[in-house]
Amino acid sequence: MTKTFDALARDDVLRTLATWHGEGRKAAIATVVSTWGSSPRPVGSQLGIDGDGNLVGSVSGGCIEGAVAKEALEAMQDGQSRLLEFGVSNEQAWEVGLACGGTVQVFVERLEG
Amino acid sequence: MRASTLDAILAARAAKAALAVVTRISDGAQCTFDGSNVDGPMSLSPTQIEEVSGRMRDDRSGTFDDGTLFAQIYNPPLRLIIVGAVHIAQALAPMAAITGFDVTVVDPRGTFATEERFPGITLSDDWPDEALEALAPDGRTAVVTLTHDPKLDDPALQVALRSSAFYIASLGGQRTHSGRLERLRDAGFDAAALARINGPAGLRIGAVSPAEIAVSILAQLTAIRHGKSAARAAA
Repeated sequence: MTKTFDALARDDVLRTLATWHGEGRKAAIATVVSTWGSSPRPVGSQLGIDGDGNLVGSVSGGCIEGAVAKEALEAMQDGQSRLLEFGVSNEQAWEVGLACGGTVQVFVERLEG
Repeated sequence: MRASTLDAILAARAAKAALAVVTRISDGAQCTFDGSNVDGPMSLSPTQIEEVSGRMRDDRSGTFDDGTLFAQIYNPPLRLIIVGAVHIAQALAPMAAITGFDVTVVDPRGTFATEERFPGITLSDDWPDEALEALAPDGRTAVVTLTHDPKLDDPALQVALRSSAFYIASLGGQRTHSGRLERLRDAGFDAAALARINGPAGLRIGAVSPAEIAVSILAQLTAIRHGKSAARAAA
């Protein structure tokens, strides 16, 4: 039973981000800001990324986390927030599109000191 | 996001208070809104404050003002009050906690509501009506009674029925449930009030073990939380 609650703590995006920040690690937050059609995770879902590419939480069923993490690492470098869009209407759909056929917009921002 | 904004979100969560974070998509500028005060380098117009307040009420994060602003709503978790620290509760409490509920288990029988049986779960050994009066169920609260004992279940249900709890359920077979409804009718509750009780609790999925019964109750609770009224008909 205790394991259950450890698992919960590991899943806590905001607390994990605060811990990373406290340890002096670079970090970024990705948030689903809008969705069209079927999408695996609702608006407000969040993914935390640290400077080594460690992930906590999710913004999809695993289809786009890799691409989002790549942008997040860039945001950590240049300090610019960005709005990403993934979906079948997107040119890169075959690479990192959503298998479910929906579209999501993900806002990526660096955690500032 | 500034680290101070992250700290504000975590502080609000610890205090079980609502907080909205509003982001301007074009440049990432942000402010927080706690229901009365806007804080941070970005300001909000009265119309925008109205919009964000509505979203806090509806628990609805999203973009507004033609997609230029995004409000992330951090509301305190939904609450689940379980009456009866019985075997099913031992499965239901941690499952509901993983689902995101703030769970309290109420049982005045000291041997049942122990930390050993419910690690990490808030426990109350008050009499159910007193415990529920103190917890004051609201529209973001679910109440489930599991004791089968009218002395414990009925007082809890009476408080729950006088509240705006969004889900009320009571364990027990059809006959137990009929008896329960009769007693509550005698206590002055009308048909509309009694219809709010999901009884026997849970969706009909052939659940047998305590954990399976917990799944059926949590499934029904989830359906009703998201406005799937068909869940009642299917039960």
